[in-house]
Amino acid sequence: MSKRRMMALFSDFDEAHAAIADIRRNEVPGLTVDDLTMKSPIEHPEVEEVLGDRPVHIQKFTLFGALFGLTFGFLFLSGAQATFLVQPQGGKPVIPLPSNFVLMYEMLIFFGVWCTFFAFLFLSGLLRKRPTLYSEKVSLDQVAIMVEVDDSISDSLKNLFQKHRVLEIREEAV
Amino acid sequence: MTMVTEKDINEQIAWAKINTDVLKSMENPRPAYWVTLAVCLAMISTAVIAEYIQYTTGMGPANLNNPHMWDMYIATFVFWIGMSHSGTLLSAILHLIHADWRKPIYRFAEAMTTFSLMTAGLFPIIHLGRVWNMYWVLPYVSDRGHWPNFRSPLVWDAFAISTYLSASMLFLFVGMIPDLAICRDNTTGWRKKLYTVLSLGWVGSDQQWRNFRKIYLLMACFLIPLAVSVHSIVSADFAMSIMPGWHITTFPPYFVAGALYSGCAAIITLFILLRYFFRFEEYMTLPIMEKTCKLTFAIAMVWTYLNLVEFASVWYGHDIYNKELLIAKATGPYAWVFWTMIFCGSVLPFALAFRSLRRHMPTMFIVSLGLNLGMFFERWMIVAPTLSMAHEPHQWDVMWGSIVEWAIVFGSFGWFGMLFLIFVKVFPSVSMYEVKEMVFHRRRSQGEEDVARMTDHAKPATQEGT
Repeated sequence: MSKRRMMALFSDFDEAHAAIADIRRNEVPGLTVDDLTMKSPIEHPEVEEVLGDRPVHIQKFTLFGALFGLTFGFLFLSGAQATFLVQPQGGKPVIPLPSNFVLMYEMLIFFGVWCTFFAFLFLSGLLRKRPTLYSEKVSLDQVAIMVEVDDSISDSLKNLFQKHRVLEIREEAV
Repeated sequence: MTMVTEKDINEQIAWAKINTDVLKSMENPRPAYWVTLAVCLAMISTAVIAEYIQYTTGMGPANLNNPHMWDMYIATFVFWIGMSHSGTLLSAILHLIHADWRKPIYRFAEAMTTFSLMTAGLFPIIHLGRVWNMYWVLPYVSDRGHWPNFRSPLVWDAFAISTYLSASMLFLFVGMIPDLAICRDNTTGWRKKLYTVLSLGWVGSDQQWRNFRKIYLLMACFLIPLAVSVHSIVSADFAMSIMPGWHITTFPPYFVAGALYSGCAAIITLFILLRYFFRFEEYMTLPIMEKTCKLTFAIAMVWTYLNLVEFASVWYGHDIYNKELLIAKATGPYAWVFWTMIFCGSVLPFALAFRSLRRHMPTMFIVSLGLNLGMFFERWMIVAPTLSMAHEPHQWDVMWGSIVEWAIVFGSFGWFGMLFLIFVKVFPSVSMYEVKEMVFHRRRSQGEEDVARMTDHAKPATQEGT
């Protein structure tokens, strides 16, 4: 069965929200909210009420980056300081922890921030080619619902969107 | 009696108008913008000439000699590092406490951070004299297999400032991505190409927004302790020594407070300039100006308190060298600098306590410049008197800086101004998506039934603008 990709544009976030809620209530058989993506000009955390809990994993990369920075910082500094073993230390320790803490702290943040950034790029699907089905109105003032559906249910989905005062529906064959 | 609270922003403003106004600002500033840019370029020219003289003849023209091995250059370095603090730090703190009045002004404040750091970074290189050896400031292993001394605060500086610069740039860039996508969708020519690359394919999907919320929060959490640590480390350049006037326990908080103070004052200056250059009266509103001024006033009082703590601890500590230095600051050859610092830093901010003055832009412009003059003198007063009157009386020497030094310091303001003005011309200086969020949520919180109906409000501007 052939599939098509649809983009429904709404002028009103509440209408888009209601349309997704209807899909969640199974008003279009064969379609679930997991098949949907909402695009909007601003962040709408409220949409999670109907889209469901979609986990975010960035913080795991942040933790990894921070721990890596801390460990790398200690190993790097102490490894470098070990080369001073041949020099007189004036009674001071070869690996001085207080001053190393300062630098380890900076490295913790440095690697934490960069890992967070790369995780954001990777997990948000950035640096990829933009989909052809895109409306510039989404960066202006409209909300889009993107969905990939079988031809057999496209009419009922369109009817649902019409019920919620959709402004425009664009389609393309997959 | 009922108090009518003035709104931070007009909540009825159409979303399309926000886009149009901000995008138009990047194309069509007032002529004063170009005049200011020309002045900045002229200032840079003086610094280039001075640096050429220093480059070709050595450090002699800068009058750097024992005991003044570093003087104006390090004071200016500390000043620019301090200036960098308010942008990112305040943006991050205000983000965490959900103070949404920051939204129209945080972008340029964050840009200020980045460019201040880039300006500060020039001074250790200029101070080296042999600028072709600028890589010596980086901590790397020598050809004998030895690393620099990691116990030295100067090495900490290199780590802290490079971390802060990269994290601040990322924070600024990440916060701009949705706006760069707006620019991509609404521009043509070279701008479209530039924004297409920089927006990284942002389409505003729910997944992207969720990740965006998380990364912004995480970066804000990282940047607050980072910013505090950076200026604490810069203070360690002085406090870790045993020189009178420098070996003081309160130096780290004193430096951080001073940094926040000068940064806030600079935000007021740039707020007024951008509001005028780009006709941003609807976004950089008087209530937001008032809040910024109140915040600056509060920080000014913290700075004043820390000064008093320092004076009191020196006075009652009875360390003869520190006490003599304090008296010399107040009554010696640098007395006019010291008292100007006290006036500009502790007395002048009381102008911010008056509502009528806070709302008068020319007055606030002059006051903010005065505050930063005070903060520049503060840094000068940290460095110069200690070097002039240290432990060895036979070395005592007052230094006012040579023409070459002052020209380079003067030019650094032009350099910062040029970078900043180019940035605000190429990138949106008001965060469009966050202003939209601010308008959306404020109207929603007021319970308007048609709050989410955005297109109705947008129609007139849409027809004009797109």
